[in-house]
Amino acid sequence: MSGCPAFAGHDKLYRDMPAMMAGLAERSDTVQGRAVNQSAPVTVEKASARVLNRAALTRRLVEILKHDEAVVAGIGNTNFDLWAAGHRKQNFYMLGSMGLACPIALGVALAQPKRGVIALEGDGSILMALGCLTTIANVRPRNLTIVIMDNGLYQITGKQTTATHGVSDIVAIARGAGLEASWIADETHFDVLIDRSFEHGGPVLYAARIDDEPGVGKTVRDPALIRQSFMKGLGTSRGGDLDR
Amino acid sequence: MAENQNSWPDLIHGHFKRVGIRQVGYVPDAGHSRLIDLCKQDNGITDVVLTTEEEGIGLVAGATLGGQRAALLMQSSGVGNCVNMFALLRNCGFPCLLLVTMRGEYAEFNPWQVPMGSITEQCLKLCGFQVYRVNQADEVDDVVGAASDMAFEGNLAVAVILSQRLIGRKQWVR
Repeated sequence: MSGCPAFAGHDKLYRDMPAMMAGLAERSDTVQGRAVNQSAPVTVEKASARVLNRAALTRRLVEILKHDEAVVAGIGNTNFDLWAAGHRKQNFYMLGSMGLACPIALGVALAQPKRGVIALEGDGSILMALGCLTTIANVRPRNLTIVIMDNGLYQITGKQTTATHGVSDIVAIARGAGLEASWIADETHFDVLIDRSFEHGGPVLYAARIDDEPGVGKTVRDPALIRQSFMKGLGTSRGGDLDR
Repeated sequence: MAENQNSWPDLIHGHFKRVGIRQVGYVPDAGHSRLIDLCKQDNGITDVVLTTEEEGIGLVAGATLGGQRAALLMQSSGVGNCVNMFALLRNCGFPCLLLVTMRGEYAEFNPWQVPMGSITEQCLKLCGFQVYRVNQADEVDDVVGAASDMAFEGNLAVAVILSQRLIGRKQWVR
């Protein structure tokens, strides 16, 4: 029982710290040793994943994007931090319809098979739509990458804990669904994982353990405008002269 | 196969081809089984079996964003699963062609189907769909054709209710 509700979300983090540090020592040999020598990045388990910051990791992702990849970011902090990383026309920000980032990304990926498509989703959102992982695993869109930002919290509603704060492991669930999946050990590992997968390495799911910092941006709340901007960015708008 | 070419599922598939549907998401229903088979056999259509109808709303939105047209097939109970997700269609103005096979009405033997079946049409209207009902096989071609044009020429969410009378009595399997 935590004495202070504000720190309730940290209980498991502190409790698991020794195990995490042990995992890190093991990881630094395997990841750094093998990632540079082998084409297939090392997959990592939850205990070996460092706690990262969502805004920083999102900025890192956006910096990697070089080919007008489409990014679909889920409700809440996931899309706030994508917005804060600097708007790109190929970004779709969800302000509702919790759980649909991955199904939307699937539709885009099927329609645009040569474009890398990335779904960014929080743990609370993906827990609401776990079935879609089996759908995606079976459809097998090669150009779809899923990144889960997992802090084990419904951060935006007051840091209530999610099932991943407890015993549930998103990467294990994704593997069970039939997806290639890994935890992200650290920023360097993220770069190695993410670099190979956008157009043809999928479908894959990568999950990052993140801290409980709130989102740093404030996405424009105009769904029709977001749709139109995204479709212009993909060249799928049919607005004719209106698109100029 | 030849004797089925003018059956109502074949006519719906014909409209899918006419308007250029490239993705079809579905949660199976016995009433949709032939149409699902036609879509699966069609190399021009990616058929996506969904774990819940909610996913289908995302699929349709994503297809539109990516420049393709999609249709959704579900049973009336699936409409209830989608209610919050319909906001995505309405807020972004996505076209949606939704084909709903009915349960919970004519000759229904399962009381569990009745609560959702009896409010499916009103529910769709409340959620912003234009709703058209088909009671007989000879209405399918005209109504689905009109609904397809409304959805994709008018950028509207359009649902066609395929009545339990059209589909035929379901036999209780013991």
